This record gives sequence, C-alpha cells and structure tokens, in this order.
Amino acid sequence: MYLYDDIDRRMLADRAQEFRAQCARRLAGEINEDQFKPLRLMNGLYLQLHAYMLRIAIPYGTLSADQLRALAHVARTYDKGYGHFTTRTNLQLHWIKLRDAPDILDHLAEVGLHAIQTSGNCIRNLTADPYAGAAGDEVDDSRVWAEVIRQWSTFHPEFSYLPRKFKIAVTASPTDRAATRIYDIGLRLYRDADGELAFEVGVGGGLGRLPYIGAVIRERLPVRHLLSFLQAILRVYNLHGRRDNIHKARIKVLVASLGPDELARQVEAEWEASDKAAADLPHAELARIRAGFMPTGFEALPAVSRRFEAAKADSRALARFARHNLAPHKQPGYTIVHVSLKAIGETPGDCSADQMDLVADLADRYSHGEIRVAYEQNLILPHVKLDDVPDVHAALDAAGLATPNIALISDIIACPGLDYCALANARAIPVAQDIARRFADPDLAEKIGELKIKISGCINACGHHHVGHIGILGVDKKGEEYYQLSLGGSGEGDASIAQILGPAVPAARVAPFIDDLVGVYLAERRDGERFLDTVRRTGLAPFKAAAYADAH
Amino acid sequence: MLIEWRDGAAAAARDGFIALADDAPLADGDVILSWPRFQAEGEDLIARGRRVGVRLASAESPDVLAPVLDALSLVALEFPKFRDGRAYSGARLLRERMGWRGELRAVGDVLVEQAFLMIRCGFDAFEPADASTPADWTAAAARFAHVYQRAADSRPPAFAEREGV
Repeated sequence: MYLYDDIDRRMLADRAQEFRAQCARRLAGEINEDQFKPLRLMNGLYLQLHAYMLRIAIPYGTLSADQLRALAHVARTYDKGYGHFTTRTNLQLHWIKLRDAPDILDHLAEVGLHAIQTSGNCIRNLTADPYAGAAGDEVDDSRVWAEVIRQWSTFHPEFSYLPRKFKIAVTASPTDRAATRIYDIGLRLYRDADGELAFEVGVGGGLGRLPYIGAVIRERLPVRHLLSFLQAILRVYNLHGRRDNIHKARIKVLVASLGPDELARQVEAEWEASDKAAADLPHAELARIRAGFMPTGFEALPAVSRRFEAAKADSRALARFARHNLAPHKQPGYTIVHVSLKAIGETPGDCSADQMDLVADLADRYSHGEIRVAYEQNLILPHVKLDDVPDVHAALDAAGLATPNIALISDIIACPGLDYCALANARAIPVAQDIARRFADPDLAEKIGELKIKISGCINACGHHHVGHIGILGVDKKGEEYYQLSLGGSGEGDASIAQILGPAVPAARVAPFIDDLVGVYLAERRDGERFLDTVRRTGLAPFKAAAYADAH
Repeated sequence: MLIEWRDGAAAAARDGFIALADDAPLADGDVILSWPRFQAEGEDLIARGRRVGVRLASAESPDVLAPVLDALSLVALEFPKFRDGRAYSGARLLRERMGWRGELRAVGDVLVEQAFLMIRCGFDAFEPADASTPADWTAAAARFAHVYQRAADSRPPAFAEREGV
C-alpha cells in the first residue's frame, strides 16, 4: 500500500500541532465552545451524549498492520478498550477526553493516521473498493485514484467551507462494492472501447431525509482530467448549492432542482473555462502514487489448495466459513477473507483492542500486512493463501471474529444510534442484536441466503436504511422508540431506494416482524432468487399482508 | 483594523477607502460601494478621479465585474458567516480567470482561523472580525509547511516539490 513520504507525514504533524494549540486555548478558556466547535469538528472531535467522540479517518478503508495496532493502542489507552467501525470506514471512539485528544492525534500521526476532514462541510474521507488490489474483476486499483483525491482534497483552500459535507467514492470494478451510487460523487472506472481507462461520473447520490441515486453527468472522463473535473463540480456546487437550509444543502438537492442535464452543462462550462493543466495531476506524480499500490510478494500457487480442501472436508465450521466469508482473489491460490464484526448478540462494527491486535498480527503473518475496512462494518484480510485459511479461521474463531455470516441476515449494518449519538431518535444496536439472535441458527441463515438489513437511528441514515434489502429507521413517537421498515433497497450496482412497508412498530415487534417477512420470502421465492429479487418481483403486497396481518 | 498580506507576511495597513452603506451620503475620498450602488454611481465617481472599489455579497458572482474590472481600484468579497465559503471560489476566479491584480479584500466574518485558506485563494487584504493581529495572521498562514494543490498563490504543491527532488 501507499506509504506516506516526508511531505505527507509533515502535513499530519503540522495538523496535530495546530490542533494541540487550539485545544490548549480552549482548555485555558481563551476561546469558548462556540468558537472551538468548528475547529474540533475539523479534527473529527464531536461532543456526543456522554462524552467526546473521535472519528478517525481510515482513507479508502486501507490499513497497515501497524496502523491497526496504533488504533488498538489508542482504544485501550484513551477509551474503553474498543472502537466502532462505521459505514464510512472510519473508526469512532466514543469515550474520549478533550485533554487527551492532542496526544491521540500525535500518536496516530506517527503511523500516518489522522482525523482530518472526518467532519465539517468539506470533502470527507474517501471510499474505495475494499477488494482493491485483490479483486479479479477490477480494471485498476481504485485506491490509486482515492489517494490522488485524498491529497488533492486535504486542506483544499477553496472547498473547505462547502454548503454541506461532501463524500466521494471510487470503484474500478463492474461490481460496485463501494456504494458509489449513493455518494455525492461516485466515480466508476472502466476501460473504454480503445482500452483506455475512463471514469463514469455520477453526481448527487445520497441518503438522509431525501434519498437519491446519483445521476450520471459524464459517461466518459479521461482519467488524466480527474482533478480538473472534480474541481469544476465542486466549484459549481460551492457557488450554487443552497446555504439557507441545512436539509437542502447537499449537492443532490442542486442536482434535483437544476436537473442532471443542466448541472452537467454548468459543470462542463466551468471545466472548459478552467486551466486544466494547472489542476490535473502530472503523470509523474500519478506514477509515483501508483507504485505505492503495486502488488508485491505473491507466490505462484496452484488454484486449488489440497490442504484447505482437506481441512474443509474435516470441519463443517470451516466449510461454512469458506462458503460465506471468502471471496475470489485475482491471484491463483489466494483468497480474500472477511473478518466478521457481526458476532451474534454483539454490537455491529464494534471491535475490541485485543481483536484489533489479533487481526493486525494475522495480517502481518498471512496477508501482506494489510487490512481493509468494508462499509458493511466488517474487516477484510485481502491477500490470504488458501493454504493458510484453516489457520486464519482458527485464530479468528478463537477471538469471536469468524461468524460465518457475511451478506447474510445477521450481517446487519447499524449506526451507533441513541446509545451514543446526540442526533438519534431511537436505538439501533439493540434492534440489530435482537434480529441477529433470532436468526442465530447458521443453517437457517444460510437457507435464507443473502439478505442485507440496514438500521439507522434517525433520518440522517448513517446506517444506510434506504438501501437495505430490509431498511429499518428509528423514529420517535411521542417519546417512544418506533421503527419504520422498508423493503427493496440496494446500494450496489443495481442501486434502488427501499419503499416504506407500512406504519412503524415498537422495538419489541421488529424481530418478529422480520420473521414474518422472511416467511413470505421463503414461501414466494423462485429458484435462486435473493430476498431482494423476490421483493422486486412481487412488490410489497404479500409482505405487507403477512406482516400487518395482526393489525386487521 | 486592516491587515495586508505582502511578501509572505501580514502587516497592519492604513485603510485608504471608506466603505459606504447603500443609504449613506456620499463621502469624500476613495470609497467602496455595493454592486447595486456601483452600478448607479460608480462610473461617474471614477470619471471624477475617485478611486472606487466594489464589495460583492456572497451570492453575487464576480463575473458581473468583468466589464468594469479595469476601472476598479479594489474588490472586496464578503463572508456573511465564516462558514459561507462562496468567496473562496470568487477569489480564485478573480485571480486566476479574470486576471485581477489589484487589492482583493476579505470583509465580513473574517477570522484568523481561515487565514491559510484566504491567502491561498488570492486574498491580500483582510478586515478581521475577531481582533486578531498581523502577527496572528502571519503565524496562521505558516501552519502548514506544504500544500497539496495549486491555488491562486504561488506555493508549489507537494507533487511539484516531489518532482524537484
């Protein structure tokens, strides 16, 4: 993976130094909370229900083993010994003391980590394909482009006070594993008819109060013009995005009000008028960044591992793990291993410091020292030899990290919800735990197959409920926590917004309700249909009828 | 107080202009007018030998100044709140596309915490709203040894520094 050079490291050190001075002024009472708030937010420090929360960026979800160990150290030393991986592939620590924040940032900076632009109305942490560099279906390593954008967007002088936050995702594979269609800008890399790399540029996706799938405003952008084109989009948005209403300030509202064609016209006009050569990245720099992501150290191995096949034949648990937690690697004899942070009854996305250390050690030993964070709130060891899978599985299993449930009903996305978050209307974590317990039987979960449940504790939709096969939104009804269910969403290549099923139900009824929906699916499904396919074919009616049968 | 940015440092400066509200009687000397008032009175004042600047609200595009830019002595861009970042784009367009070389002044909710951004976008004069001093501005502008992207200033971006090595 790309290693920070002296310039990158100096940027982080300067930033940590700046924040230390700002914290000192706050602790000395020289500035008040109102003046301090925007400064701390730009360093990822939120004031939540019980304490400060620090949101640490994990750029494009790629971590080295040393970085993960540093996160473990910070979680152990300055928090309660665990952290929460989010749908933005950041790590949140929820029990931070202000006086410790500068030391934490110093410690993170030593390993090339930071909390820069994890809040505020700026360009946020980049998202890329968590399988980048390992996926057989990619046309390029999406992290190359994410790193290009990370550097360009860091402390950008023009785009640090946008109308609202701004999120960019990059994928380089026909299978969209980065949810690019729900991003402010979704960049999809492909090879055109001449074999040249180009981006399809989508703009204005987003969830929250007004969910939208992004519109394509340019079908073919030569990759060398990426930064000048991004500058044009951001400039049009900065100048014309709404600033009078926080709920209408995202670029999706500008796209919706102008229409994608008019927005595209304005962006193209701005782009044509701009000095592209000044904005675009020189080829030499692109080559330097690309070199940082070049694959190293793969061995020539047979595509089938006899050791692994024999071990699977001996162990049902390993065989099940292999069915659900592995993905094909482009290199014969290697595989991509998912580390589930969705153990039944645990908090989705939570990871203890000890677990982080263990995964870091496994990465060093078995996965070229690399770890990925997926937006589904799981970790990934991207480069594991098939020969080593039995050992990796055993080690993960002993630490509660081998739940064989990736993309199954208990692999639930959930935001921190009212247990932590000041914005939430309802809790998300206990609802996820309830559902996971109800479907704890792995045979049942396997029979149900792919089913993505996504839970948000409020309309801001950090839990992506709009794009869940089953989406669950926490609402407040006269002081009581209720949950509104919707069906048929997807955040992937076949992106769609879920439709609301009916009236919200109290917390205790959510898991039984899911049971009813699964029952309808199992009765209705045709060969090979996923839950989502059945919902799309039948519509909501049979699900509605079963789930609300008691109400009649 | 007016702070000017010259040759990599901030210095206190005497403000040679009077900023006139739209309903204020015309004053003697050099004046800064809103864009609506400039359209009514500006060219006449310039013809009489006054130095005149225009103050643009954050919703007003610098493009409107194109026909009169050569006659102006100053452009001021307003930050109604420090969080309203439109003037950063306005400043870059004036400097990099419209060729404005004269004074570009940041007015309104102008805070030293944004010094680094404003200077990079081409502002060279500031009316701070937070009692910050020229020394504060010089220090704030120097917080980062490197920058990652080209803007309206002359700082070499990281990729140019890397190529130079």
